[in-house]
Amino acid sequence: MILAVAQKELKILFSSPLAWLILALVQLVLTWVFLAHLDTFLEIQPQLIKIANPPGVTETIIAPLFATAAIVFLMTTPLLTARLIAEERRNHTLPFLISAPISIAEIVIGKFLGLLIFLSALIALVAALSLSLLAGGRLDFGLLLSNIAGLFLVSACFVSLGLYISCLSAQPATAGAGAMGALLGLWVMDTLAADEDGIGIARNFSLLAHYESFNRGLIDTFGLAYFALFTLIFLMLSVRRLDNERLRG
Amino acid sequence: MVEQIGPPAILARGLCRYFGTRVAVHDINLELRHGEVLGFLGPNGAGKTTVMRMLTGNLAPSAGRVEICGIDLLLKPRDAKVRVGYLPEIPPLYRELTVNEYLRLAARLHRVENGNIHSALAGVTQRCGLSNTGEQLIGSLSKGYQQRVGIAQAIIHDPDVIVLDEPTAGLDPNQMREMRSLIRELGAERSVILSTHILSEVESVCDRVQIMHEGRTVFDDSIARLKQKGTSLEESFVRLTMNHATV
Repeated sequence: MILAVAQKELKILFSSPLAWLILALVQLVLTWVFLAHLDTFLEIQPQLIKIANPPGVTETIIAPLFATAAIVFLMTTPLLTARLIAEERRNHTLPFLISAPISIAEIVIGKFLGLLIFLSALIALVAALSLSLLAGGRLDFGLLLSNIAGLFLVSACFVSLGLYISCLSAQPATAGAGAMGALLGLWVMDTLAADEDGIGIARNFSLLAHYESFNRGLIDTFGLAYFALFTLIFLMLSVRRLDNERLRG
Repeated sequence: MVEQIGPPAILARGLCRYFGTRVAVHDINLELRHGEVLGFLGPNGAGKTTVMRMLTGNLAPSAGRVEICGIDLLLKPRDAKVRVGYLPEIPPLYRELTVNEYLRLAARLHRVENGNIHSALAGVTQRCGLSNTGEQLIGSLSKGYQQRVGIAQAIIHDPDVIVLDEPTAGLDPNQMREMRSLIRELGAERSVILSTHILSEVESVCDRVQIMHEGRTVFDDSIARLKQKGTSLEESFVRLTMNHATV
């Protein structure tokens, strides 16, 4: 049942030019960043060789690439999450799902999964970009995997927050702007936290601060728990919100 | 008359619904037997749509209970909802999907087994006259065809109860006739609740009429009895819903 909803989301997503446009643009931007980092690396490579234990390509190219990717995802996910519920509401299609013998939780999880699958495709493209470096050298696969895991988890957070905000609105544009605002807020919180030398409560709540440790190849349980809780809380809020609509009308 | 076997298709007792302090529906009782077509009438704003939304699990009643074929809708929503097909006033169509994609989705969501989806789809498109439009996008169809797709999604899982909210609104006379004969056909094997503003439609299609006004039932009788008494439906409708309106 969940898969039927997820599949429907993907089908509708790919029937609009938006999905293709985002795939193309994100890939264009990230390839650009990737090539820029590659260029810098090739320039400083003669000096790097002189240092004992020099940083490899994974650290100098791939990690910064994934850091940029997270920012690009932060900008693009709201465009995708905006329509999840708001558009159903505007087109009066929500009764179709609610009249069916599936629970609201299944609808919410289905929609969440559908979009997460789409973002996984984007992540796969970024990973493919990184793997292209294998043509000229070796990679630190541990660091690459930690980056992929981090990007996946942070995307899940973006989607769940965007989904919840989409539940609050009947206008996709409003929902998109709202989600973008909330995510930017969380990002700003990260820079605010960085000013205080990474200490303080604010940093504990910052999405990108947690992503940073994955970015460095550090998978800590606090980060994992944070991402899991973040996603779960907003999924539950979405279910509650839609359930309340049925109760209160 | 259809002989009564087991619990009624729909049994609603004491349904109430408040929106804030406004009473939208007050103490509605509704019973639909198997193989019966019930015409649900009332002026706009009488609460027909609210009742239908409650019968299909789209809205939780403030008080009262609903049973679908003896299964409590609030306690076992999944088991009850499998037995209901619902066409809301505005057909819930995804314009980006083709008719077949959409109907296949409807079948899957209503737990039609994978092996049976193909035959269910073939049956329903044939019945609703959609055989030639299967690969067209729903958004490109005319209003009449969209309404047919709406009916098709409501009956693809072969439900016991079909709830249709103004299914003929906005159709041309020919389409209305087709829709009516389709409803009559459906009513022969299943139970149908039909809300409409067209009184002649009720007289030609329904077995029984229930008229709502300001959230209450003001009339509930069979068409046959009405004809026996010699009163026209229109007369009763106007008498029952105008008196109160002037208060």
